[in-house]
Amino acid sequence: MDCSHVFEFKVKRLIVVFTLFLAFFSVTPAAFAQVDTAQVTEDSHAQPEAKEKFDIGKFALHHIADSHSWHVIGHTYIDLPVILYTKAGFVNFSSADFNHDDEGKVVVERNGQRFVKMHEKIYYASDAANEHGQFLSLDEKHHASNARPLDLSITKNVCTLILSIIILLVVFINVANGYKKRVGKSPKGLQSWMEPIILFVRDDIAKPNLGHKYERFMPYLLTVFFFIWFNNMLGLIPFLPGGANLTGNIAVTMILAIATFCLTVFNGNKYYWKHIFMPDVPWWMYIVMVPVELFGIFTKPIALMIRLFANITAGHILVLSLICLVFVFNSLYIAPVSIAFAVFIGAIELLVAFIQAFIFTILSALFIGMAIEEHH
Amino acid sequence: MELLLPEFGLVIFQSIAFLLLMFLLAKFAWKPVLAAIKEREQSIDEALNKAELAKQEMTRLTAQNEELMKSARAERDLILKEAKTLKDNIVNEAKLSAQTEGAKLIEKAKIEIENQKKAALAELKNQVSTLSLDIAERVLRNQLQDKATQQDLVANLLKDVELN
Repeated sequence: MDCSHVFEFKVKRLIVVFTLFLAFFSVTPAAFAQVDTAQVTEDSHAQPEAKEKFDIGKFALHHIADSHSWHVIGHTYIDLPVILYTKAGFVNFSSADFNHDDEGKVVVERNGQRFVKMHEKIYYASDAANEHGQFLSLDEKHHASNARPLDLSITKNVCTLILSIIILLVVFINVANGYKKRVGKSPKGLQSWMEPIILFVRDDIAKPNLGHKYERFMPYLLTVFFFIWFNNMLGLIPFLPGGANLTGNIAVTMILAIATFCLTVFNGNKYYWKHIFMPDVPWWMYIVMVPVELFGIFTKPIALMIRLFANITAGHILVLSLICLVFVFNSLYIAPVSIAFAVFIGAIELLVAFIQAFIFTILSALFIGMAIEEHH
Repeated sequence: MELLLPEFGLVIFQSIAFLLLMFLLAKFAWKPVLAAIKEREQSIDEALNKAELAKQEMTRLTAQNEELMKSARAERDLILKEAKTLKDNIVNEAKLSAQTEGAKLIEKAKIEIENQKKAALAELKNQVSTLSLDIAERVLRNQLQDKATQQDLVANLLKDVELN
């Protein structure tokens, strides 16, 4: 009876969270749409040949990609610092120097080196502009073939990364303080929001997969779970503090997958390695089995990487495409439909945000569990 | 596809940031949180175990009390029973001895009465004989005042004797 009461309480909280997020979505797409209209009209002024057709793909990819400046609203941007490691050492300047040019037309000269930015990538500029006024040499697929300096800029994704780390630290140190303040008492406030999730990670993810050795991997699993979840949610917020597609960025998911890979490989016991190099099959089967098993070591984390990246990116593209319907049909009357769909997808994305964090964590636990499993 | 190519800068930042985050959270959040949760769970388990033990103790005590009550009751019954038998025996014995005593007394009284009767009869006989002798003396004294009658009497007596 007590348990069901607690559960009901949790469900109520979940409903509150969902409602709040739905509220976000129902308000923001309108603003979002307006902003984009402004941008699109600006673009169409600049390029008269693109006037007749609106390219959803290009638009969506631009929005989910990393950026050197953070779009706030209308023509307002937060210009983020550009840090480059070039042939002549470190170079840094503000991304405002590019004048929001993303076609390689504005050259920034620092330390005797010239840089241009195209599709949010920085290249060493060519000596002369091509027929479109770009200081780049483009191949037939319109890809720049210029050399690139090492780009260590504080981009939009890096900012979101730092922001999410600050949020995570503030939230969980606060939670930890709650435990210190009320030793042995029932949780309260933020603590009681997070405790069920921490217990969920411990009891439903770590314990079943890792057995009695679960405690050693709890910090990693909890960190990875909350990092992914919080960033998925931040990505769902369409305006300033959120909006970056951090967990939908292959670099981020790659590092997370590499972390799981390292934990699996470095914690693998003799049974794990024996299973890979000397499986219990006739010796002539080794020719097939060993390469397959070896391949499996790498496919598991790669699947982790692709799954998270693809799911989150797909969600973003879906919402963006639905919003873009307004511009595709070039009619404001389509807005209610696309907003309704965007709200619906937004709600699903909220679920996906949690599910993907859960899946990444449980699969990490599973892979580590397979590596540390004791056989008798 | 550009999306599938990780940007070097973000790889570096993500690695550093994630490791730092994990280190900081592990040290300042997960360790105290997990320890506190574990501690609390243990204390709850302990409390539940204690409650269970107390319950068992209670049941044991109740059972013991029941047992004690039962044995006390049995003992009381036994004592009562014994007392009853004892009482019955005493009463019976008393009755018996009273009876024998009574019988003895009656017997004695009977003998006494017999004796008294005998004594009274003997006394009566003595009295009767004395009285009859007295009467006889007085009658004789009257009749033997003249010689003729005396002779007659002796003659009659002698006659009688001869008849015997």
